[in-house]
Amino acid sequence: MKGLPPVLITAIVLVAGFAACALQFPNIASTRVVGNLLTDNAFLGIVATGMTFVIISGGIDLSVGSVIGFTTVFVALAIERWGMPPLVAFVAILVLSAAFGAAMGAIIHVFDLPPFIVTLAGMFLARGASFLLSTESVPITAPVYSTVSDFALHMPGGGRLTAIAIIMLVIVIGGILLLRLTRFGANVYALGGGRATASLMGVAVGKMTVKIYMLSSLLAGIAGIVFSFYTSAGYSLSAVGVELDSIAAVVIGGTLLTGGQGSVIGTFLGVLIQGMIQTYINFDGTLSSWWTKIATGILLFAFIALQQGLVALARRPVSNRAGAAP
Amino acid sequence: MTALLPRRGLAQILALIVILAVDRLVSPQFFDLRLQDGRLFGSLIDVLNRGTPVALLSLGMVLVIATRGIDLSVGAVMAISGAVAASLADSHGLPVVLAAALGIGILCGLWNGFLVAVLGMQPIVATLILMVAGRGIAQLITEGRIVTFSSPDLVWLGNGAILGVPVPITIAVGMLILTGAIVRGSALGLLIEATGGNARASELAGVGTRAMILAVYVWCSVCAALAGVIAAADIMGADANNAGLWLELDAILAVVIGGTSLFGGRFSLILAVLGALIIQTMNTGILLSGYPPEFNLLVKAVVVLAVLLLQSPKLSGFSGIMARLRGTKP
Repeated sequence: MKGLPPVLITAIVLVAGFAACALQFPNIASTRVVGNLLTDNAFLGIVATGMTFVIISGGIDLSVGSVIGFTTVFVALAIERWGMPPLVAFVAILVLSAAFGAAMGAIIHVFDLPPFIVTLAGMFLARGASFLLSTESVPITAPVYSTVSDFALHMPGGGRLTAIAIIMLVIVIGGILLLRLTRFGANVYALGGGRATASLMGVAVGKMTVKIYMLSSLLAGIAGIVFSFYTSAGYSLSAVGVELDSIAAVVIGGTLLTGGQGSVIGTFLGVLIQGMIQTYINFDGTLSSWWTKIATGILLFAFIALQQGLVALARRPVSNRAGAAP
Repeated sequence: MTALLPRRGLAQILALIVILAVDRLVSPQFFDLRLQDGRLFGSLIDVLNRGTPVALLSLGMVLVIATRGIDLSVGAVMAISGAVAASLADSHGLPVVLAAALGIGILCGLWNGFLVAVLGMQPIVATLILMVAGRGIAQLITEGRIVTFSSPDLVWLGNGAILGVPVPITIAVGMLILTGAIVRGSALGLLIEATGGNARASELAGVGTRAMILAVYVWCSVCAALAGVIAAADIMGADANNAGLWLELDAILAVVIGGTSLFGGRFSLILAVLGALIIQTMNTGILLSGYPPEFNLLVKAVVVLAVLLLQSPKLSGFSGIMARLRGTKP
């Protein structure tokens, strides 16, 4: 369990941060605030789960924010303008986004290109396609939307665990199981450890690459549907920059950006930390929202520096032996 | 090598000519130029003028990419330097404003370079930090407002003209010549290419790879800072949220179109700037043709993919593909 220490640090940062917030604003420590935090970050949690798989496998997916944007527009238009039943629209967009991810994965593998630039093209493509569908915000009035929005489990203390928060929690738990307990998960780690080694161990590198990006895009599609529930609208400019938020959550969660190490639970904690910073800033009222970005940047730096330190520590014994230290 | 050079740029020049021809089709006055109030006007000048920020960014970016790096923070650096310039413009003279804005750029570059060269972080990750935090810093400087100014000196930098040529174009050409003189007039360019080709081998061969990497990130940020000042001067204000937004992607795209491989190594300054001009000519063409500007993104996506596939190590290289295309298409 090499991945444990960074996750532990993430957990400590979250608990300590939450305690500090609660000391200043006692009201933060209520199920109401926690419930809202889960609801507000539901789409981010889902996307970041997919991003965790991609990053552990040694890749990166910059297209997820655009896929969310495209999904919201597609779903809104399909339901409101094209008269599709919501469920059919959901299935259609999930198939579409999975195919999109699979195509990116295939291009990355077949042409041996950096994932960063291929998914960048994917980002342009998905965002451009959503602009083509509609440049204005399309409100969704289907009855299923109000039903889902109104649905919530009541927690003690007046908190509401909304449907989209539940979807997010289910996906996070599913992600944890998929990564920890299945052959697919083991292959993801193997791929991140080194493509050549993974291939020699018998991992079908090409198939895995396609599947991983498919998973990421599929989850981005689900996040898009959740986002459309959250805002009850489809808008081509929604979720701009979410790819960065989710990468930040993954890194803060202790996943190594070079791949090979990490965990979904850490990512989930990373999402919660970002949500916590946002909540604190909302409670404070005098701090402006740009402090979120600076705080996220500082946390990013701290965690990456920590990773570098850990990696250096892991390598040190070998070099010491070679140098025959006294 | 020297014999190869003209052939290297052939595809880009052809692409630019084709796009220009298409632009001429959609807008018959495309090549018209007129002199008014001592400044040239016309679509062509507009392309050059609007293309200046990305051209400047691509000048720095191409060096970073040549070392096998990438700088995602240039858009944020533009926002920071624009914010600094705008908040100082009405109380200080142009030299102070420029020095402050470029100084901030140097600091940003040192930070990025430190993370990559000294701490050994992956460039994407290292520069991601400033990309995320940079806009926050810019908003901190402008206190969340859009800072406007009326200093005629700074406005001249964005809207003035020297001998009829708009100042931004003059600055971009100047920077191209300066950068070219520095990296090609000395062995620096070669050392940068060596660093990107194989950092470890270069280190063993005596190249100061860390210094090279630090230097290219600083230069990239300085170029970004300059682009930020010009962008701020152009709109007579600094908008921390939107200045330079997504321009890092355009700059990377320009470098890629210019034929510099993302895997580091050989680079070309002129072709990177040509790449920036190709992007801007496409943008302007789409605007002139009356299509919604949203088409830009789709077109860019297709162009990136096409260029990437041509560059792919799995295919037989750029020239091979070009030859094959020429062979199959009449």
